[in-house]
Amino acid sequence: MNKIKSLDDLRKMKQSLEHGMTIRENSNSPESLVQIRVAMATCGIAAGARTVMNTLIEKLEKEKIPAVVTQGGCMGYCYAEPTIEVKVPGKDPVVFGKVDSAVAEDIVVKYIKNGELIDGIIPVNYQSINEQK
Amino acid sequence: MNEISLHIIDIIQNSLSAGASLIRVVIEENIVQNLLSVAIIDNGKGMTKEQIDRLDDPFFTSRTTRRVGMGIPLFRQSAEQSGGELVVTSEPGYGTTVKASFLNDHIDRPPMGDIANTMVLMISSNPDKDFVFEYIYNGISYIFDTVEIKAVLEELSLNDPAVIRMLTEMISENIKDLKTQSD
Repeated sequence: MNKIKSLDDLRKMKQSLEHGMTIRENSNSPESLVQIRVAMATCGIAAGARTVMNTLIEKLEKEKIPAVVTQGGCMGYCYAEPTIEVKVPGKDPVVFGKVDSAVAEDIVVKYIKNGELIDGIIPVNYQSINEQK
Repeated sequence: MNEISLHIIDIIQNSLSAGASLIRVVIEENIVQNLLSVAIIDNGKGMTKEQIDRLDDPFFTSRTTRRVGMGIPLFRQSAEQSGGELVVTSEPGYGTTVKASFLNDHIDRPPMGDIANTMVLMISSNPDKDFVFEYIYNGISYIFDTVEIKAVLEELSLNDPAVIRMLTEMISENIKDLKTQSD
């Protein structure tokens, strides 16, 4: 296969892609997709956020899970970087800490695909005693 | 931060926090002059003179989630240890330019890292922003502009893994071409 270099090549590739699959009808409704935000401030980047982002994109594709991976800023959990926030449709967002490539794959397969909870969750929704009703 | 491309992600993150809608990344590699420079130019909200003066103070940050900011100091350290410098210019309301230069063959110059992958990750994870990526090698340049790319891709999402692969290949092939053309 020829390598893609020009905008024309890209146009051709796009056409062949469109023939091969039904192009995400759901891209207009991001709520119906799994949304992952990778924290990418200095702390996250230095801890390997880029590698994690690449792993997530590859693994989600392999598992055929429609998802959007975006970039976020520092969430304040610098000690636990790389951190990612995962929002599965219909569920509260969950933040995972100390995510390397192996953990990222676990999150995709165990948490997103099979719905199991795994270690490493940072309790964002944790309420302090004063907030409890 | 052991790669220049990681510093680029870091500065882009600053631009995004400053509300930029268009970010230009210009990398110039000049073997004859033994120079490597990286500029990140945004149209974010910009900084005042006082803010620029305090950029190297690690305890200066506009963020509220933590009280230290190391992005600029680390990038400056990388540049200065490689015989170069880091210059920040900005105008409130118009945007900010961060430019780092390096002596290309300096032993302490960090490697570039996978710049094609880095740029495409930034582009795909911020589909509503526009990026212009320019790579100049010994005076010949390649320009990758997301406005053109989006016009070609139309409804196809920049988040799509197949699109990410295509765009990464497009950038890395063109950079490879620049280098063979010039040699």
